Amino acid sequence: MNPALIRELKSLLGPTNVLSQTEDLLLYEFDGSVEKARPEVVVFPHTTEDVSRIVKLAAKYQVPVVGRGAGTGLSGGALARGGGVMIVFARMNRILEIDVENRRAVVQPGVVNLDITRAVEHAGLYFAPDPSSQKSCTIGGNVAENSGGPHTLAYGLTTNHVAALEMVLPDGEIVRVGSRHGDTPGYDLCGLYVGSEGTLALVTEITVKLSRKAEAVKTLLAIFDAVGDASRTVVEMTARGITPAACEMLDGWTLRAVEDYIRAGFPRDSAAVLLIEVEGLREAAESQAAAIAQICDSNHAREVRTARDERERDLLWKGRRNAFGALGRLAPSNYVLDGVIPRSKLSDALEQIHETGKKFGFQIGNIFHAGDGNLHPIVLYDPRDKEQFARAIAAAEEIIRMCVSLGGTLTGEHGVGMEKNELMTLLFNDADFELMRRIHDAFNPDSSLNPGKIFPLSKGCGEIRVRNSGLVAGVQP
Amino acid sequence: MSIAVSLPTRLEKLVGSDRVRASESALQAFAIAGRAPMAVLKPRSAREVAEIVGFAAAENLAVVACGSRSKLELGMPPRRYDLAIDMTDLRQIAHYDPGDLTVSVDAGMPLHELAKVLGAKNQFLPLAVPCGGTSTVAGAIASGIDSALRQQYGTARDFLIGAEFVDGAGKQCKSGGRVVKNVTGYDLHKLLIGSLGTLGVVTRLNFRTFPLPDLRGVHLSTFPTLEAALQFHASLLKCGLPFSNLELFDSEFSALLAAWLNRTGGTRKSLPASGWHVLACFEGHAAVMGRIQLELQERSEQMQAARSGTIDGQPAQQLEAAFREAFDWLRGAATSVALFRIVLPRPAGDDLAELLNGSHQSPLRSAFVLRACGVAYLALLADGEDAPANATLEREVTRTFSRVEEKKGSATLLHGPQKLKERVSVWGAKRADFPMMQHVKQAFDPHNIFAPGRFVGGI
Repeated sequence: MNPALIRELKSLLGPTNVLSQTEDLLLYEFDGSVEKARPEVVVFPHTTEDVSRIVKLAAKYQVPVVGRGAGTGLSGGALARGGGVMIVFARMNRILEIDVENRRAVVQPGVVNLDITRAVEHAGLYFAPDPSSQKSCTIGGNVAENSGGPHTLAYGLTTNHVAALEMVLPDGEIVRVGSRHGDTPGYDLCGLYVGSEGTLALVTEITVKLSRKAEAVKTLLAIFDAVGDASRTVVEMTARGITPAACEMLDGWTLRAVEDYIRAGFPRDSAAVLLIEVEGLREAAESQAAAIAQICDSNHAREVRTARDERERDLLWKGRRNAFGALGRLAPSNYVLDGVIPRSKLSDALEQIHETGKKFGFQIGNIFHAGDGNLHPIVLYDPRDKEQFARAIAAAEEIIRMCVSLGGTLTGEHGVGMEKNELMTLLFNDADFELMRRIHDAFNPDSSLNPGKIFPLSKGCGEIRVRNSGLVAGVQP
Repeated sequence: MSIAVSLPTRLEKLVGSDRVRASESALQAFAIAGRAPMAVLKPRSAREVAEIVGFAAAENLAVVACGSRSKLELGMPPRRYDLAIDMTDLRQIAHYDPGDLTVSVDAGMPLHELAKVLGAKNQFLPLAVPCGGTSTVAGAIASGIDSALRQQYGTARDFLIGAEFVDGAGKQCKSGGRVVKNVTGYDLHKLLIGSLGTLGVVTRLNFRTFPLPDLRGVHLSTFPTLEAALQFHASLLKCGLPFSNLELFDSEFSALLAAWLNRTGGTRKSLPASGWHVLACFEGHAAVMGRIQLELQERSEQMQAARSGTIDGQPAQQLEAAFREAFDWLRGAATSVALFRIVLPRPAGDDLAELLNGSHQSPLRSAFVLRACGVAYLALLADGEDAPANATLEREVTRTFSRVEEKKGSATLLHGPQKLKERVSVWGAKRADFPMMQHVKQAFDPHNIFAPGRFVGGI
C-alpha cells in the first residue's frame, strides 16, 4: 500500500479512523464464509461526504475499494479480494428519520438490522427482513447481499423492503435512486442496486419500508420420526396454498446439537422438527394453524406443539437462530451452504445431501428455510487439515450443482461473492454474462469497487476486467 | 430508401413469408400516434425474436414489441419505428408446477387465459391490471401499470421471479429463475418492469402464484368532506385489517364509474354521486370476512360516514373490475382527457388536499382516485377539442405538474391528446438519476433500437 495514500486517508478522517497495521487488518480478512482476503487499509467514514472523498482518493492511487458492514456475510462479499481500501460502515450507524405515518425509516448503512425494529416497535412497526445474524448484521450489508431470513417466505427479501438509496459511485459522485414511496417514473434502479453485492456503488443511506406487526402470531413445533415425513409436510402445505410467515426445518442431528447448547425444547430423539409460524388476523392465524396441524398429522407427525406464550416462542426461535453457533461447538469450523430448490423437490434434495455427505465422509446437518426451498446444509470441518478442507469444498460444490440440476439456483440469500462466482456458469451463458458485464462496466468501469466478486474469473465468457492482477479463482484456505 | 423497398423480402427470408405483414391495413393496426412501422413480424419462438432483433441491430432499424397493443400510448411515441414485433404467437405455458406455486409463461399469453389455467388449480396471479380482457402477460409487465391488488400482494417486482428476453444485441438472455427465493446475479428482470419495451423484448416470464381466496368482499363508505374521507382511509391503513385494495375517490370519479358500470351491464344503485368515497376490498374465509365487515361498519359509523355498507356478489365483482379498469375508462371519459399518475411523498397529508383544491378550482372537470399504496390518479376532463379548450387543458396540465413538483412528488401523464404530449414532458421533471438510467439503456440496448424516445427523458 502506498504510504502516501494512508497519510492522505489519516489526514482526511483522523488517525483513529484509519487502520493500516497488519495486526489490525487481520480482523478484516474474514467474514462468516470460508473465504479469506486481507485489505491493505481499513477506514471508518462518518458521513457520505467522507465516503465520497475516500473513493476519490482510492481512484487517485488506483487501488480498489470494498464496503463492509459487520462482516457477518457468508459468501465473502465484504472481503478485499483485490486488497486495497476497505470502507467499514460501523460508524455510520445513525437512524436519521422515522416516519411512522408513512411507514418509512431513513438509516445509515451501519445500523444493525434489529435496531431498526427496536426503534419503531413502540408504534407497532418492524423491519421485516430478519437474517439469523440480525442482532449484529447491518442494513448496508443486507442491501448489498439482498439478505433474507426465516420470514422471507411471507414477506420477501431485503429488496422488497427498500424504497430509496443514496450511494457513492466509483468516481466519488453522490447519487440518489428510488423514492420514499418507491414509485417514480423510470427504471427500477433500486431493484438493480439491492443485491449487486457492492460491485456497482457504495450505499450510504437507505430508506426502508416498515411493516405493521400482525395482530396474532402462532408458533408451532411439529415433531417427526422421519425426515421424509417432515419434507412431505412442507410440500403438502405449499401445494395446498398455505403460506405461513415462516417454515423452518432442523434435522435430528442438528437439533440435538442445538438442544445441547440452547435447550429450546426440541425433542432429542426426533428425526426432524418443523418450526412453523403463522401470522395475521386472529381468525386467519387460528384457521391456518389448524390446517397446518392437520397436514402435520396426516404426514405422521409425532406431536404438534403450539408455543403458549411469548417466552416459549422466543425460546423456539432462539434455538433456530443460534443453531449455527451451536454447531460451532462440534468442530473447529463449519461451512454453511446456501442453495435453493423448487419446494416440491425437498425430499429428493435432502436424500441427495445425505448421499453427498456419505460420499465425502461428512455428517452434513440441515437447518434451513424449508418453506421457500432455501437449503442450508452445514459441513463441519477442520480448516487446518487441507485435505479435509478440500473435501468440504468439493462436497459443497456437489450439493450446489444438485440444487441447480433440480431446477433451483446457487444462492437464496447469502449472495454469490467470491464463494460461488466460479459456479455462475451453471446458470448463466455467455450472453447473460455479457449483459451483466455491460451493466457492471457502465457503473464500475475500472472494477475498482469490490473486484473479483459475482463474475467467474476462470472462464473466458464475459470475464470481468479486474484492476488488480493476481486475483485467483476459488477459495483461499 | 433501399432498405425500405427490400425490407419485407429480407424479413421473409428471416422468419418465413407467413410471418411478415406489410399491407397498409396491417401496418396501420400497429401505428403509434399516427406513425406506422414498415413491417409487422410475428415470430413463433424466442429464437426467431432474437434473429429479428439481431437483424434490426445490424440494419439500425427501430423495433417496438407489441402484445395486445392496449397501452402502446404510454410514454412518448417512438422517435423511430421500423419494425413491429407481434408477440401474440408466443403464448405457451412453459412450466407450471402448481405444487410449487410457480409458473413460467411466454410473453404473448393473454392474462385472462393464464388466469383460467391457474384458476383450474385454485391459484391466480395478482396482476389486476387494466385492459384485462386483452392484455398479454409481458405487456402488463412492460407497461408497469398498477395492479389494483398491490396493497396486499405488492407490485410485479414482488412476484416476478425471473425473465427471459432478447437484448439489443439480439442475444437471448435471462435473469432470476424459477424458484421463489434467489439472489444469484444482478436482478435484471426488475429493470424490465415498466420499461415500456426500451430495454429488451421479453420472451418469457416466471412468476410466483398465489392461492385463490375463499371469498372476496367490498365495503363502500361516503363522507361529506375530503378531510373526513382521508381520516377514514388513514385509519384503515393503521388498523391492521388486511385489505387487498383501498381506494379513496371523488364524486366525479364516482359518476364516471357509475356510467362505466351502466355501459358494461353493471349496476350503479350502490354508488352515491356526491361526497368523497372510500372503497375497501378484502378477502379470506368466512370468519375473516365477517370480522372485517363488522369492523368496517363500526369504524365508518364512528367516523360519521354519511353512508356505508357492504356490497356482495356480482355487484362487488363488477365494482372491483371497474377499479381495475379505471385507467382504461378514464382515458375515454371526455372529448379530451389528461390522465396523471401522481405519487406524493406524504400521500395522505395536506399536500394532497392542496393538490386537489388546485384542480377543483380549475375550469375543467376532474376525477380523482387515491390508492392505499400512495399512488393517485387525476383525470382532467375537457369537453371540447377547439383551440380554447386545448389551451385550457394544456395550462391545467402544466399547473398540475408544477404543483406536484412543488410538493416534491412525481407526476406522469399517462394519457393525453398527442399534440399536448408533444408540448409537455409526459414524465415530469428530469430526475437526478437520469444519467444512470441512460447507462442502463446503453448496456441493454447499445444500438438504441428498442422504441427509441418512448421512455423517461427521451430514452
